[in-house]
Amino acid sequence: MAEEQSPTEASSKTVTLRIAKSNPEHDSASQFAEFKVPYERWTTVLDAILDVKKHMDHSVAVRYSCRQASCGSCGMKINGRPGLACFTKISELNSDVVTVEPMNNYPIVRDLVVDLEGMFSTHKKMKPFIINEESEVTANTKEFLQTPEQVEEYIQFSNCIKCGLCNSACPTMATDSSFLGPQALTQAYRYVADNRDKGKNERLKIIDESHGIWRCHFAGSCSQVCPKGVDPAMGIQMLRGYLLGFKK
Amino acid sequence: MKRNENREGIKGMANPGRYGIERVSYWLMRITGLGLLAYLIGHIYETSSILNGKSVWDSMLQLTQTTQGHIILTLVIGMCVFHTANGIRLMFAHGGFGVGKPTRPDYPYIPNSQNMKNKLCIYASIGVAALAMMYGLSVLFGE
Repeated sequence: MAEEQSPTEASSKTVTLRIAKSNPEHDSASQFAEFKVPYERWTTVLDAILDVKKHMDHSVAVRYSCRQASCGSCGMKINGRPGLACFTKISELNSDVVTVEPMNNYPIVRDLVVDLEGMFSTHKKMKPFIINEESEVTANTKEFLQTPEQVEEYIQFSNCIKCGLCNSACPTMATDSSFLGPQALTQAYRYVADNRDKGKNERLKIIDESHGIWRCHFAGSCSQVCPKGVDPAMGIQMLRGYLLGFKK
Repeated sequence: MKRNENREGIKGMANPGRYGIERVSYWLMRITGLGLLAYLIGHIYETSSILNGKSVWDSMLQLTQTTQGHIILTLVIGMCVFHTANGIRLMFAHGGFGVGKPTRPDYPYIPNSQNMKNKLCIYASIGVAALAMMYGLSVLFGE
């Protein structure tokens, strides 16, 4: 049987991939393992990590699924900035060394895998569904008609893939473990801005607390790292407009 | 099971280098806020010294007439002007004004909230603070 070849083996360019390795059950701090990985113009950071996993170190723990920025599984810190490994090309980083670490502000499970449970629970807290008694499916159920303008109000914020990069970049999340975070607040806005929804007051009550929306200081880092153009910083400021009475 | 929370902490919060001018503005706003709070406490201490008589008040005033005193006052001018100018921008932004309109995002997904108006306001706040500091320096160290 012919020996399996790395898909990028024929490449002349190589990059040093530094992978943070840690197992919280045994180690208190991460240690970096370095690998020389060949790459092409189109090689993503995830391709390189999987190359390492397949040919050099099978023990590297990484979570991934779709490889096309749709599932939000492969969020990690790439050269100090949160990003999706499948959506970041090595050639675009303009660096001979690529350092990958687990996302900040989430507990580490192992190596590059973090526990997103906290984010999912705050997401659920925002009641991420249309609250409207008429939305119950009955024999007489009719579709809700919306104008394109009404759709534009929230469609951008419904692109969230729950990758958690925004929470990782947020400076408030860095120090406040109880902060709801940009992901959850943006999802609250997504439903508040939807004219089919009648749960605005319920959601505004949830976010109007000491570790809620008022702890956002509009640093904008969440919007800069969002791989789907959701712009959480905008959503949060608009949401605050409702609480301050500028929007009805 | 042991858990490593991996929170970035103060170090991450205070690192303004990775996310552009908006994060620098956030960092400056925090630093200047803390600086002004420290100044306010010092100022209350300084002015309350008048209760201990004229000589104590005069000696306290002398402290502000030194080179170090002038440098601190110049920094206070800069902090005050930046915090005010950037604060006005933030008050509008926090009400949902000037952060752009929601739209269907297109690749490369440049966020509307980080628009040129906001960036210009941040640069203007830094510029006005620098000008005010230069004016303060010329008054305090001038003839």
